[in-house]
Amino acid sequence: MFGSINTSMILAILPEIMLFILAGFVFVFDLVWDDSQRRNLGWISAGGFSLIIMISLMLGTPGSDSGLVWGGMLRHDWLGFAFKMLFLFGATITALFAMDVEDLGKKGEFYLLLIFSTLGMTLMASSSNLIMLYLSIEATSLPLYILAGFFKDDDKSTEAGFKYFLFGAMASAIMLYGFSLLYGFSGTTDLDAIAGVIKAGGMNPVLLVGTLLMILVGFGFKISAVPFHFWAPDVYEGAPTVVAGFLSTASKAAGFTVLIRVLLTSYAPASDTWMMVLAIISTLTMTLGNTLALAQKNIKRLLAYSSIAHAGYILIGVVAISELGITGSIFYIIVYLITNLAAFGIVSVVGRITGSDEISAYDGLSRRSPWLGLAMLVVFLSLAGMPPFGGFIVKVLVLASAVKAKLFWLAFVGILNSIIGLYYYLIVLKHVYLYRSENEQVEIPVTRPYAIGLIVLTIGIILLGVVISPWFNVSTIAAKVLF
Amino acid sequence: MQFPVISVIVFTPIITSLLLLIMPGNRKTEIRVTSLGAAALDLSLSIWLYFSYNVSAGGYQFVEQYNWLPQFGISYHVGVDGLNTPLVLLTGVVMFTGVLISWGVDDRPREFFAFLFILATGVFGVFVSLDLFMLFFFYEIAVFPMYLLISTWGWKVTREYAAMKLTLYLFIGSVVALIGALAMYFNSGLGSFDLITLETANFSVGFQRFWFPFVFIGFAVLGGLFPFHNWSPDGHVAAPTAVSMFHAGVLMKLGAFASLRIGIMLLPEGAKFWMPTIILLTLVNVVYGAFIASVQTDFKYVVGFSSVSHMGLVAMGFATLNREGLIGSGVQMFSHGVMTALFFAVVGMIYDRAHTRQIPELGGFAKKMPLVAVAFIVGGLVSMGMPGFSGFVAEFPIFMGVWEFKPWIAIVGAISIVITASYIIRIISSVFFGKMPESYADHITDVKVLDKVALIFLSVLLIVIGVFPSIMVPMVESGVENILRLLGGA
Repeated sequence: MFGSINTSMILAILPEIMLFILAGFVFVFDLVWDDSQRRNLGWISAGGFSLIIMISLMLGTPGSDSGLVWGGMLRHDWLGFAFKMLFLFGATITALFAMDVEDLGKKGEFYLLLIFSTLGMTLMASSSNLIMLYLSIEATSLPLYILAGFFKDDDKSTEAGFKYFLFGAMASAIMLYGFSLLYGFSGTTDLDAIAGVIKAGGMNPVLLVGTLLMILVGFGFKISAVPFHFWAPDVYEGAPTVVAGFLSTASKAAGFTVLIRVLLTSYAPASDTWMMVLAIISTLTMTLGNTLALAQKNIKRLLAYSSIAHAGYILIGVVAISELGITGSIFYIIVYLITNLAAFGIVSVVGRITGSDEISAYDGLSRRSPWLGLAMLVVFLSLAGMPPFGGFIVKVLVLASAVKAKLFWLAFVGILNSIIGLYYYLIVLKHVYLYRSENEQVEIPVTRPYAIGLIVLTIGIILLGVVISPWFNVSTIAAKVLF
Repeated sequence: MQFPVISVIVFTPIITSLLLLIMPGNRKTEIRVTSLGAAALDLSLSIWLYFSYNVSAGGYQFVEQYNWLPQFGISYHVGVDGLNTPLVLLTGVVMFTGVLISWGVDDRPREFFAFLFILATGVFGVFVSLDLFMLFFFYEIAVFPMYLLISTWGWKVTREYAAMKLTLYLFIGSVVALIGALAMYFNSGLGSFDLITLETANFSVGFQRFWFPFVFIGFAVLGGLFPFHNWSPDGHVAAPTAVSMFHAGVLMKLGAFASLRIGIMLLPEGAKFWMPTIILLTLVNVVYGAFIASVQTDFKYVVGFSSVSHMGLVAMGFATLNREGLIGSGVQMFSHGVMTALFFAVVGMIYDRAHTRQIPELGGFAKKMPLVAVAFIVGGLVSMGMPGFSGFVAEFPIFMGVWEFKPWIAIVGAISIVITASYIIRIISSVFFGKMPESYADHITDVKVLDKVALIFLSVLLIVIGVFPSIMVPMVESGVENILRLLGGA
C-alpha cells in the first residue's frame, strides 16, 4: 500500500522513531538500575527529548511540497513539525520537573508513559486522515489518563485519573461518531478530500454542522474549552503537579493543532458556518475561565481556570480565519506552553516544601526565596499579557487578527477578559511580595533539575517577548501551510 | 555612527535593575549607591540631550531605528522633538531625586529600586517612541511595577485597594487605546506602526471621529481626565514617596503625552470634532479638582487632587488645539512634574517624622526644617501660577489659548487659581507655621543632606524656568509647530 519506503518517509517520522528508541532505553535502564539510580531516568528522558529536537531540526525539517507521506496518512509540513518540536520541548521540561517528585521521579513507568504520550502528540500534529487522527488522539490520551491517576494511594489523584478518563472517553466517543458520519456522507477519510466534497456541496448543511459539533466536542475537551472544561480544575488539582503541567500545555497544544488543521482544511469551505460557533465558544471560554478563576483559593485550580481562559484567547486567532490569526494563535500556543510549564514548575517546587497548593502558602515567597519570587513575577505577568514578556505580543497579535477581521466585539471581549485576568494574577503576586508568613526563615531549596528548567523557561519567556521576529516567522511559516 | 544617547538613557535603568537583582539583598548600601549612580548617569545624559537638541532645526533628532518585527511593520524607532525632550529631562530629574529621597527604604531595597528602575525604563521608552507598538510596549512596562511598588512599600492602610484600582484603571485605558491603535494600523493600509508614517495615513473623517475617543480617553485615563481621575489621588496617597513623585510627576504626563501623540496627532479630524466635549471635561477637572483639594484634611490628598486639577490644565491646553494652548501645556507638563515631585517629597518628609498627615494635627515645621518649608513655598507659588516661577510660564499661555476658543471657559477655569491659592496658603500657614503639637515636637529632626540636595535641585529648576522661560519655551514651540501642521493640513 505504501509502495517503496524512501528516505523522505523515514525523515517525516524521524521524531517518532527516535521516541520509540528512547522508550527502549528507558525501559532497559529501568530494569537494570536499582532504586538509587532510577532518578537518572529523568536525565535520560530529558536529554533524549532534547537530542531528538536537535536531530530533527538538523535532518527532519519539512520541504516545500505538500509533504503527504505514508499513503496519505501523515503530512510532513511545517505546521506539524513546529508543534512536534513544541511537544518535545514540553516533554523535556516535564521530565526534568518530575525527577525530584516523591513516588514518581524514580519510577520508570512514569517516563515511559510520558514518552508514549508525546509520541501520540507528534502523530496528532501530522495526521491528515481521520483514522490516523483518531488513533493518535487515543494514543495520547490513554497514557495521560494513567499519569493523572499516578499516585494510586492518593484519593485526589485517583479521582483525577478516573474523572479525566470518563470525560475523555465520552468526548472521544462522540467525536468518533462524528468522524464516522463524516466518512459515511463524504465517502473519504482524507482531510483534504473531505474539503473537496464539502466545497462541491456534497453534504447536507445540517449534517455538516452536526458532524462539526460532534468533532468539536472531542477537540474542545482536549483544549478544555467551555462547555467541555469541567474536568480541568479537578484533574489539575488532583493529578501530580508535573502531570497537570503537561496536561495544560503539551496536551492542550496538541488539541489545538488538530482543531486548527481539521477546521482549516476539511471544514475550510464551510468557514462561515463554524466561525460564529467558535466565536461564541471563545467568548464563553474566556469569560467563564477568568470569572471562575477569581474565586479560587488553590493555585492549581486557579491555573486550571486561567488555562481555560487562555484557550479562549487562542481561539480568537482561529476565529479570525486569516494567516495573521493562525500565526497569532500558534505564537500564542508557544508562549503559553512555556509560561504555563514554568508556572506548574514553580507550584511543584513550592508544593514539595510547604506541602500545600493553597495560594496562602505563597505568602512571603519573595522573602523566602527571592529568585523563585522573581520567576513567579515573570510567569504571572506574562500570563497577564504584560511586556516585556511573551504574553504581551501574542495577545496583541490575536487581538490584531480580530480587529483585522472587523470582529471588534470579540476584541473587546478579549480585552475585558484580560483585565479580569490581570486582577487575579496580581492577587497571587501580592501573596508573593506583600504578605508575611511565619515560615519566612525556612528557605525553599530548588534542586538542580528544577533550577535548569526554570531558568530556561524564564529566559525563554523574556526572549519570546523581546526578540519577536524569529518566533513570528516560524509561526507564519506554519500558518502558511493552511492558506 | 552617532552615539545612541536615547537608547542608553532608556536602557540604563532596566539594565541597572537586572544588576541590582543579582546583587545580594543584604548589601543595602551598595544597592543604594549603584542605584544613585545609574540615576545620576541618566540625569546627566538627559541634561546633555536637552542642551544638545537643536531648536532652530526642529523636528526629530537623535533618531535611531532598527527592525524589530518587520513582517508586521514594527520597528524600534526612537527620537526626540521639542515636546518630548523636556519630558525626558523631567524623567531624569524625578528619577534622580526619587532615588535620593528613597535612601531610607529599608524593606528589600534591592527589589524596590529594581522595580522603580523598570518603571523608569517604561517611562523613558514611551516618551521617545516613534513607533506605535513600541509605545504600548513601554507603556505597559511602566504600569505593572507601580502595582508592586504601591502594594508592597505603600501606606499600609489603603495600599492594597489603591494599587489594584490604579493598575486596573490604567490597564483598561491602555487596552482600549490598543484596540484603537490596531484599528488605525489596519485601516491605514500602510502596514506600519511607525508614527511618522501613520501621520500621512489620511484616515477618513468618519473613522477619525469614531476612534478618537477610544484612543484619546484610553490614554487620558493615565493623565487623570475627569471622570476617570478617581484612581489617581488614591494611588498618590498610598504610594511610597518616591513612587508618588514618579506617579504624579512623570506617569501622569505619560498619559497626557500619549493622548497627544496618538490621539491628536494621528487623528486630527477626530480631535477637532471632540474638542468642545473634552474641553468641558477638563474644565471640570481643573475647577472640581481644585475644589476637592481645598476641602481635604489629609495633606497628601490635597496634593493628589491638586495634581488632578493641574493635569486638567494640561489636557485643556491640548484641547484648545491652538498654538498658545499647546505651548502652555508642553511647559506645564514639565513644570507640574517638577512641582508635584517637590510636593510629594515634602509630604513624605513630614509624614516620616510626624507619622500623621492630617493637616489640623500638624504645625510649626518651618522652625524644625526651614529648607523644607522654603521648598514647599516655592512649589506653592508655582502651583498658584505666580510670575517669576515656572507655573506662570505654563498656565498663562494655556488660559490665553482657552480665551481664544471661548472666553467664558477661561474665566471659569481661572477660578481654580484662586482656589489653589486658598489651599496652598492654608497648608503653608497650618503645617509650616503655627505651633507644633507637643506630642511629637521633641523628636522632630531636620531632614538629611540627601533630601536637601533633592529639594534644592527641584526648587532651583522651578525658579530657573520661571525667570528664563527662553530655555524651554522655544523648544516646546518647535514641537508644537509639527502638531499645528498636522491639524492644519488634514
